[in-house]
Amino acid sequence: MSKLEIKDLRVSVDTEDGAKEILKGVTLTIGDGETHAIMGPNGSGKSTLAYSIAGHPKYTITGGTVTLDGDDLLSMTVDERARAGLFLAMQYPVEVPGVSVANFLRTAKTAIDGEAPKLRTWVKEVNGAMEKMNLDPTFSQRSVNEGFSGGEKKRHEMAQLALLDPKVAVLDETDSGLDIDALKIVSEGINTFRERENKGVLLITHYTRILRYVKPDRVHVFVDGRVAESGGPELAEELEANGYDRFVRASV
Amino acid sequence: MTVLDSVKDSLEMGPSGDRIESHLHPEGSFDVEDHAVPTGREEIWRFTPLRRLKGLHSDAPLDGDAFKVELDLPEGVTGASVPVSDSQRGASGLVPTDRVSARVWEAATSVLELTVPDDYVGDRAATVRVVGTGVDVASAGHLLVRAGKHSRSTVVVDYSGSATWAENLEIVVEDGAELTFVAVHGWADDAVHVVNQHASVGRDATLKHVAVTFGGDVVRSDTSVEYAGPGGSAELLGLYFADEGQHIEHRLFVDHTAPKTKSHVVYKGALQGEGAHTVWIGNVLIRKVAEGIETYEENRNLVLTDGCQADSVPNLEIETGEIEGAGHASATGRFDDEQLFYLRSRGVSETEARRLVVHGFFNDLIRKIDVPELEAKLTETVEAELSKNMSVLTGATENGVPTA
Repeated sequence: MSKLEIKDLRVSVDTEDGAKEILKGVTLTIGDGETHAIMGPNGSGKSTLAYSIAGHPKYTITGGTVTLDGDDLLSMTVDERARAGLFLAMQYPVEVPGVSVANFLRTAKTAIDGEAPKLRTWVKEVNGAMEKMNLDPTFSQRSVNEGFSGGEKKRHEMAQLALLDPKVAVLDETDSGLDIDALKIVSEGINTFRERENKGVLLITHYTRILRYVKPDRVHVFVDGRVAESGGPELAEELEANGYDRFVRASV
Repeated sequence: MTVLDSVKDSLEMGPSGDRIESHLHPEGSFDVEDHAVPTGREEIWRFTPLRRLKGLHSDAPLDGDAFKVELDLPEGVTGASVPVSDSQRGASGLVPTDRVSARVWEAATSVLELTVPDDYVGDRAATVRVVGTGVDVASAGHLLVRAGKHSRSTVVVDYSGSATWAENLEIVVEDGAELTFVAVHGWADDAVHVVNQHASVGRDATLKHVAVTFGGDVVRSDTSVEYAGPGGSAELLGLYFADEGQHIEHRLFVDHTAPKTKSHVVYKGALQGEGAHTVWIGNVLIRKVAEGIETYEENRNLVLTDGCQADSVPNLEIETGEIEGAGHASATGRFDDEQLFYLRSRGVSETEARRLVVHGFFNDLIRKIDVPELEAKLTETVEAELSKNMSVLTGATENGVPTA
């Protein structure tokens, strides 16, 4: 099972002028084994959706529910959500100086499984995941995200996705800033994850090009803090041809 | 938040001539009367809580014997307590620059001389353990470490227990020698320790000087380095962890007295709990004669809870423009919420995430210290300090997000 249900989600952030509502009632269901793409112009609230689901302290939930297989995610801490099966691939993965990738991955895997991974198989798994993402084996000894190129950061996120094996992956603009080769590698990582049983993917993107490599089951156009229109993959094609203008004008 | 200055291009040239008119270079004196009792308004005392020094800075007798000294020496290295009159004290060029140091000079009756012979090469550290047995009487000590020509060795001075301890400590690294010197201040909570260290780095010699400070009520460690010849190199590393009410002060002065010399200073500290106070003063003077030198100093502080204060003051004075490089950096920051969020979004509990970040903060420094006997102990020390206050840490969470 991997059903992510978002119902009438409302989220605000604190600004100098008081609370500002960013998400104005988002409703979405990602069924078992489905991949949904969320597309929208800058500032539409796509990333807010991703971070709110993951529990970033900057965002205040003012209404609605988010459940994973029926469990209330919003009542959980950030790490409890991850242990419940949620994974957020970040647009700007954070540097953690002095903490090696190897130590980080083992600590995360131990936390998520509730027990330390078996050393021998784990090393193989890590090396395999790194190789698939075209990351050098010495990568494990580097500090988390420190000095990584933009592409390395994203491929490192995808290696984590493979190793931590969540139920649902929320990918926040994982495709942004990648050249075509890196985009293909990252897409392959997403597709390999999708091939596993019962995995849900929420793919948040500004551009349609990743959808050439990762075929979504559903596409949602996100404008001004809510879903403006939903459809099949053909909706992405329309966006590719015509851009967001029609949706942005409709929402004004 | 980070200040990084490359000062080579913006030099203010000092007055010509040999006399150094530098406020970084106070005139020393062996005579106690030349050093007035500090009031706390003096530049060199303004950060120190004088009232907690138990009179070390004024006139408390320094004749106590509430301490033990134990030596654990590898074969070849010798250690002996020598009466002052027969000793080689002053060999490093130490001249007291404050009243405590002058008083220790006056009060000391013997000098503990630790000698590494010429050409000695050893992997096992020579260890001096100073164990305090009470704070009620003040005691004084003078230690002289001499690393003979072309030797390679490690010396560890390990402080523990309760003491009111004033000390002069000299380090002589003779030509071509390589010495790693480590002071571990693992004092009990009530200890007061004021130490003046002076090191002389010989021609083409290398000193790695490490200060590890996590114990004591007040620890004030003053370390100065000068070069006895060209080509010498000094790396000064420090790791400190201040808890509730603790005052930990490291004052460093690198005096580039010879050409082609190098200095590299990295001090990192963490603070937690009400009233935890750390002070780092990093003074570097590049004399007119010191052409072609390289210096860099850095201090980073990680503030883990509210109610702490980290003072960090780098100073650089340059009297010649003919240098390879000079720079400094100082930064004091709190836990980075984004780092914690990233780790927690991977399932890692908040407590564990904080632990990872702090270990990460110190890790590269511990690697640089590179004394195998100490590495595990340093990691454990960081761990013990963290677990001591983990309740404090988890109580200070952001934005009401429930803690794990």
